[in-house]
Amino acid sequence: MSETQKIEIRGLRKSFGSNEVLKNINLGVAKGGVVALIGPSGSGKSTLLRCINLLVVPDGGSVRVGDTSFSFGAGTKLPDVKTLAKFRATTGMVFQHFNLFPHMTTLENVMEGPVTVRRMAKADAEKLARAQLAKVGLAEKADQYPATLSGGQKQRVAIARALAMEPDVMLFDEATSALDPELVGEVLNVIQQLASEGMTMVIVTHEIAFAREVADRLIFMRDGVVVEEGPARQVIDNPQEAATRAFLSHFHRTGALPPANAAP
Amino acid sequence: MYQWDFGILWSYRWLFLNGLGVTVGFTVVIVLLGLAFGLLGAFGTLSRFKPLRLVALSFIEAFRCTPILVQLIWFYYALPILAGVEMTPITASALALSLYGGSFYSEIIRGGIISIDKGQSEAGAALGMTPGQSMRRIVLPQAIKRMIPALMNQSIIQFKNTSLVSVLAVPDLVYQSQVAAHDSYRPLETYTAVAVAYAAILIPLTIIVRRGEKRLAVSE
Repeated sequence: MSETQKIEIRGLRKSFGSNEVLKNINLGVAKGGVVALIGPSGSGKSTLLRCINLLVVPDGGSVRVGDTSFSFGAGTKLPDVKTLAKFRATTGMVFQHFNLFPHMTTLENVMEGPVTVRRMAKADAEKLARAQLAKVGLAEKADQYPATLSGGQKQRVAIARALAMEPDVMLFDEATSALDPELVGEVLNVIQQLASEGMTMVIVTHEIAFAREVADRLIFMRDGVVVEEGPARQVIDNPQEAATRAFLSHFHRTGALPPANAAP
Repeated sequence: MYQWDFGILWSYRWLFLNGLGVTVGFTVVIVLLGLAFGLLGAFGTLSRFKPLRLVALSFIEAFRCTPILVQLIWFYYALPILAGVEMTPITASALALSLYGGSFYSEIIRGGIISIDKGQSEAGAALGMTPGQSMRRIVLPQAIKRMIPALMNQSIIQFKNTSLVSVLAVPDLVYQSQVAAHDSYRPLETYTAVAVAYAAILIPLTIIVRRGEKRLAVSE
């Protein structure tokens, strides 16, 4: 089983001060699998996501992505900055607030990873960046600065920026939570397209209907533990745990995806 | 009634020009050196290593919270006694003024760096950048834009602070005008001329800074 797992997390623990936000988390994501992480705020789902690319360094347990694995806790040495950077280059991350680089054009944003991290020649990086921008439908915005784009466009640029590193896995941290409702669809559309191309993804989201549609597995977290886990449709349509039921009762679980997605 | 006679200063014009050259050259040196110290101080106070943070902070506060006049005298007269380090007046005053200016620059630089949203360096890290790469490529280019007005302002103060090096007999504009004042018995005319010379250089600079601030305010 474990050879087919692209991401494997064992016994993960993390505290911020006296606040234990992750308590012994286990998680596996199959190659090409899409896992949705849902749960109320403060449940630890964003911290868990950030532990996968070690943006947050865990206190204990182990993290493996592809062939690279790290162990944390007593008696282990923290990985040095070079090792961490090399590891993160293989995982793409998309943030809630986009975090585009405001002093660079859209094209330069997307080129930045390949040029600075992978030392790619500028001309090659530009070709790659233009291709990624075209993929998210923003080829014509290449020379504009992020400040001139809408939220949905910014997030699609952020996705293109992450994809330009040609990552093995993509991590989405509430990628649509900061968007106006009418702009959510265009971003979900891009994520869905990635899923259909077989990208391994972990998605922290509040879009339950989207999770049901796109994710093959769903994890419900609360207070730093996994409360329920299973096939996305099964968990959403027929939750077993009272806590999951209570959380899901706040959402429309089925129904049409936002308009931009409804087309073909 | 005092009879003003500015005409007398003409015969000291080479002395004044000489002094002005020293003052301007000195300012260039202490601004550049000060910025280097400031950058070191800022990175020191932002370091992950506590001992380095403490050293940087102690240096900054020592130079920021004591009078520059005392520092000048101290560097020239006390260091040879305490540490056996002999310096020419020019070296001693360049060092003291650079460190003094550096302590203010470092607070400006540190403030500029920490004003950049943490998400920016996180995005850099997520792409696989080392902390150094994300500082150079992502954080500093944005932070420098915000620092420039304050750095310019501090440099203007540094320009005026160079007048204090005359106490160590460095032949700057103020020192040379002391010579002229004693020689001509015309201190009022002499020092008025000095004030005009400083203002003539600084007022255009402050106008440029103000324009720059406005432009930055628009682009933010």
